[in-house]
Amino acid sequence: MAADNIEDPEAFRQRARSWIRSNLELMDRSVLAAALGGGASEETELAGIRREREIQRMFFDAGFAGICMPREYGGQGLTPAHQRAFNEELAGYEFPHRLQAPNFSPCAAVILDFGTEEQKRRHIPAILKGEELWMQLLSEPGGGSDVAAAQTTAVRDGDEWVLNGSKIWTTGAWWSDWGLCLARTNWDVPKHRGLTVFIFPLHREGVDVHRIEMLNGSKEFCQEFLTDLRVPDTDRVGEVDEGWTVGVRWMFHERMLYNSPLVTLPPGARFTPGSGSPADVARDAGVLADSHVRDLIGEARVLDIAGRELQQRIAQGVRSGRISDQGAAIARLFGGVAGARTRTIEFEIAGAMGGAWTDDDGAAAGLGVDFLMRQAACIGGGTTEMARNVISERVLGMPRERSSDRDVPFREVPRGPSAGARSR
Amino acid sequence: MLLEPTSDQEFFRENTAKFLSDQVPPGEIRRLRDDPDGFDADYWRRGAELGWTSLLVDEAHGGGSLSGQGLIDLTLVAYEFGRHAAPGPLLSTNVVASALSRAGGEEHGTVLDAVLAGTSTASWCFQERLAGLTAGALEIRVEGDELVLSGEKRPVEHAAQAAHLLVTGRSGDGATQVLVPAGTPGLTIRPMHTVDLARRFSIVRLDAVRVPLDAVVGTPGQAAEQVEHQVQTALVILCAETVGTMQRAFDMTVEWAFDRYSFGRPLASYQELKHRFADMKSWLEAGHAVADAAALAVESRAPEANELVSVAKAFVGQYGGELIQDCVQIHGGIGVTFDHDLHLFLRRATLDRALMGTPAEHRQRIAADLAPQEDR
Ligand SMILES: Cc1cc2nc3c(=O)[nH]c(=O)nc-3n(C[C@H](O)[C@H](O)[C@H](O)COP(=O)(O)OP(=O)(O)OC[C@H]3O[C@@H](n4cnc5c(N)ncnc54)[C@H](O)[C@@H]3O)c2cc1C
Repeated sequence: MAADNIEDPEAFRQRARSWIRSNLELMDRSVLAAALGGGASEETELAGIRREREIQRMFFDAGFAGICMPREYGGQGLTPAHQRAFNEELAGYEFPHRLQAPNFSPCAAVILDFGTEEQKRRHIPAILKGEELWMQLLSEPGGGSDVAAAQTTAVRDGDEWVLNGSKIWTTGAWWSDWGLCLARTNWDVPKHRGLTVFIFPLHREGVDVHRIEMLNGSKEFCQEFLTDLRVPDTDRVGEVDEGWTVGVRWMFHERMLYNSPLVTLPPGARFTPGSGSPADVARDAGVLADSHVRDLIGEARVLDIAGRELQQRIAQGVRSGRISDQGAAIARLFGGVAGARTRTIEFEIAGAMGGAWTDDDGAAAGLGVDFLMRQAACIGGGTTEMARNVISERVLGMPRERSSDRDVPFREVPRGPSAGARSR
Repeated sequence: MLLEPTSDQEFFRENTAKFLSDQVPPGEIRRLRDDPDGFDADYWRRGAELGWTSLLVDEAHGGGSLSGQGLIDLTLVAYEFGRHAAPGPLLSTNVVASALSRAGGEEHGTVLDAVLAGTSTASWCFQERLAGLTAGALEIRVEGDELVLSGEKRPVEHAAQAAHLLVTGRSGDGATQVLVPAGTPGLTIRPMHTVDLARRFSIVRLDAVRVPLDAVVGTPGQAAEQVEHQVQTALVILCAETVGTMQRAFDMTVEWAFDRYSFGRPLASYQELKHRFADMKSWLEAGHAVADAAALAVESRAPEANELVSVAKAFVGQYGGELIQDCVQIHGGIGVTFDHDLHLFLRRATLDRALMGTPAEHRQRIAADLAPQEDR
């Protein structure tokens, strides 16, 4: 698109600012923390989701949804600079945080990359209006890191496919509408060559969604059991048995996550638990004057800003082609490690309140639980070990690890005792 | 280093890189260990011709940048200095040249001309023991038509080789900066030891050193803002240089990991080492990103410049050291020998980490800005 057809980012920013100020409420941090930390009742949570859908619809009606998505599918056709301006203006205000990932990226991103025209016209506008919330169905009880080893199977039956198997660790599937699913369509070829991607509604016959309690009490994790689920061939994404072509881009979008220009994320907003910055924790724990604590506050800030700048560098490099798509793993690794370190810092600053607290302890309350969940930052979205594999092998070109599944029909690949957990 | 330099910037960087590879290869740096000056006058003059000293100086005063963003251009030179562990007073000459130009350029025109031409160098006497990044305790008094300076500065980069010293001190509550010619009575310069093979440092003592009033740079007592800008500039240069050392050590070690075999396979095939390389790569790229962000913030006078320079210095100071030490580890025994080149970069990174505030000091500065201790 010619540059002169595009609204100037500054004018856009002004327009966004005045719209945000007159239409949105300020973000209530405690509500956000409860939602992310699992402290909310099911009713409260569903009400929260309803409100987020509503805000998304308001974004859509005001011309702020899908800022970097094509106009023909209901987006604004603008640039990452516009998205950044919108993000900055949104700081401190409520926004649909649960609708960002995996809904816009990777799900909508994958549909945009590989969907048929009909799929894009049907789903992208619905996603932008907050009418459809999407989940990614990748991980399985048998393994998540080895994504291409999916065992959920789709068998063709005329114009339909019949799916059987199980997907797991899908965050928020119980309140979502649609799933993007990687399934095996051929067991007699090596693993990467027998996969196909499908989409289907999550609440229909053949899909059984179970909630799983996480160690912090949250029941956001879900497992889906697919039993003779019938999916029309028109709901296949990409070619039959070429699901890994889709999968590679899918992983890329997953690693870009909050750094994707398709995602709305005000600076300072976090998708991790905790309701305040380390400085807030120190103030509420009464240890702001302690010099060791101040060192920790500084360290957390260094990691935060270095991570932010790294994300921008990688995103810019990937856009211009200076950095390969695989480079997204660099930011994913840094984000995971820095996130885990920051949880430790907050817990340490909280002192005894990290172990026992009351609701009056402000930002210092509940950080022990966040500490228990610390490694989620290094597991969800693909583990940091896998990111390290990608960086060393794909970015630095080091020799691949030895594996027993290359050039072997998938059927013959050795599987551990824990892999068959397909029944309930 | 800039992810997307302009073609002018790329050409400029490559020129400096070629010159440094040619003039100061590792063998020459090793030789400089025994050279009292640490760099050769002709080398410096030729570097000045390449543009090393003029980027922060106004065109009206004989300087000029490539891109209109002189400090960003200078980070390319500093980065190459790091990649080559190059000799020479890059930080001090640029900070002094910039200060003279910003103060108007005319008053100290001949000094500035010589610094720009590289025919003489200037040093910045700023840091003191336990004074943090403040003007320090050095006292500058006005007495009639003279200024009287008393105090001690350390460490001062290449003070013994400099024709002029820009001394930062305090006048009552305000900061003052004065240009003192080498050899002025009352000035003593005592050499210090350092980890770097080519950089030289001294303790500069001023015992009631008297200079005429017009030796002042700027206005007496009102230099605080200028000093802050110099601190930011110095930190940007140090960070860019450190990122250069990280890049070089990393590249050398990746190459080594492919070439070195144990148990019949290259080191690069062991997952334990691959994962450490992946971590190092993430620190390296984050170092590039945060050092560039700091440079841009200072260049554009953004309100977050102060925080960003501290973040960058704390980050590259800490992770630069970790990265290069891990490179030493992956080299094994040869990594701790004088004959191997790796230590040249470890030395430069170690020096830069310690100058102008350690990572811990910068973390304290960051915390002070984020959370003023109102309830103390
Ligand atoms: C908060 C959160 C949200 C999530 N949301 C979703 C979601 O929405 N959709 C979805 O599909 N999944 C989701 N997941 C699942 C997540 O993607 C997987 O947990 C992850 O990919 C790891 O898979 P796994 O749990 O099967 O562990 P495994 O793959 O069994 O790995 C176990 C351990 O072995 C390591 N490992 C495995 N292979 C290698 C190797 N080759 N080299 C070195 N180390 C290795 C791993 O790093 C890990 O430490 C989520 C997880 C979390 C924590």
